[in-house]
Amino acid sequence: MPRLTLTINNRSVSARRGESILSAARRSGSDIPTLCNLGGLIPAGACRVCLVEVAGYPRPVPACATRAEQGMVVTTDTERLTAARRMIVELLLAERNHSCAVCVMNQHCQLQDLAARLGIDHVRFAFISPLAGVDISHERFGIDHNRCILCRRCVRVCDEIEGAHTWDVDGRGAASRIICDLAQPWGTSATCTGCGKCVQACPTGALFEKDAPTKKATIDMERLSEWRRSRK
Amino acid sequence: MNVHDSHRADDRHRALERVMQQHRLRPDSLIEILHAAQRQFGWLDRDVLGLIAARLRLPPSLVYGVASFYHAFRLEPPGRHRCTVCTGTSCHLKGGSRLLQQLEQHFGIACGATAPDGSLTLENVRCLGACGLAPLIVIDDEACPHASFGPVVERLTASLDGEDTSP
Repeated sequence: MPRLTLTINNRSVSARRGESILSAARRSGSDIPTLCNLGGLIPAGACRVCLVEVAGYPRPVPACATRAEQGMVVTTDTERLTAARRMIVELLLAERNHSCAVCVMNQHCQLQDLAARLGIDHVRFAFISPLAGVDISHERFGIDHNRCILCRRCVRVCDEIEGAHTWDVDGRGAASRIICDLAQPWGTSATCTGCGKCVQACPTGALFEKDAPTKKATIDMERLSEWRRSRK
Repeated sequence: MNVHDSHRADDRHRALERVMQQHRLRPDSLIEILHAAQRQFGWLDRDVLGLIAARLRLPPSLVYGVASFYHAFRLEPPGRHRCTVCTGTSCHLKGGSRLLQQLEQHFGIACGATAPDGSLTLENVRCLGACGLAPLIVIDDEACPHASFGPVVERLTASLDGEDTSP
């Protein structure tokens, strides 16, 4: 398999052709924060939390959706990047109603972890506080749009791995909402198989299991996607 | 629904089916087909979106997502009268956006919304390509060049009142 060499944080790293900067960096021990990335899913580049600097590029690029190239010089931790990441997470927190104390994912939430890691103890922006709504019409699961960060992991896992494509996104910008089929209650969906992968993929408490009100794990879909590829 | 209406609905469905067949039910022709459906029905209700999804073998959520992403598609029935305010650069500088705000307040409808009684839809558009006529307003496909608040309200009120007497 053709290999190439690049520099990440002053360290020489070997990568496969076609591999993302993110996965090469992780292997070399540079921990780039991510939110919308989930092993096994096609990168969306939606959250921009994994932005990195590449020498010669005018702007930071998302590490999850940028391929490693021969001779690239990547920096993953600069002041500019930290400031950008902080702003992104603050904007995410201001966009919906993230009340950790009453959330099923408290202390297991990737958004909460990231905010803690970036030392966010306040938000500079005005909270929008939308009445985003909750849908608990499904027999086993619920979706609380107030906690959704629109990372589209649920959309991608449902499309790419389960193959049902029950979820999609309605509208655009801050008014976007995750929708089920024709923007109908989850419980009335004709395409949902009730597999629960979206719940497993959700980084926050937006998708939750109804009878497990206090804890929920988030798992990578890497194994599942490998299994699916091998069956094709 | 009387017989006449149901015949017309059948015609519309037939026309939509014809367009879908012309595109050989290809999933990548979704946007053209949504345009054709909107031309037939005036707006896209969920039944039509579901029908298109089924015929093109696309997930319903994807069809709804595409239709809701583009401002060209309406997912709510339009009002009987339409008032479109241009808020492109020229019209904005000439007070188009302020005019839109005044109209929103006067009729109590947000931009893009329809009055609860279905009489009027207020919407904006980014440039109609007639910047010399700024600020431009279009009421029921009729242009009102160099529009100002007073005459526009008068014109709209007249058409809204007019519909009470018409059969």
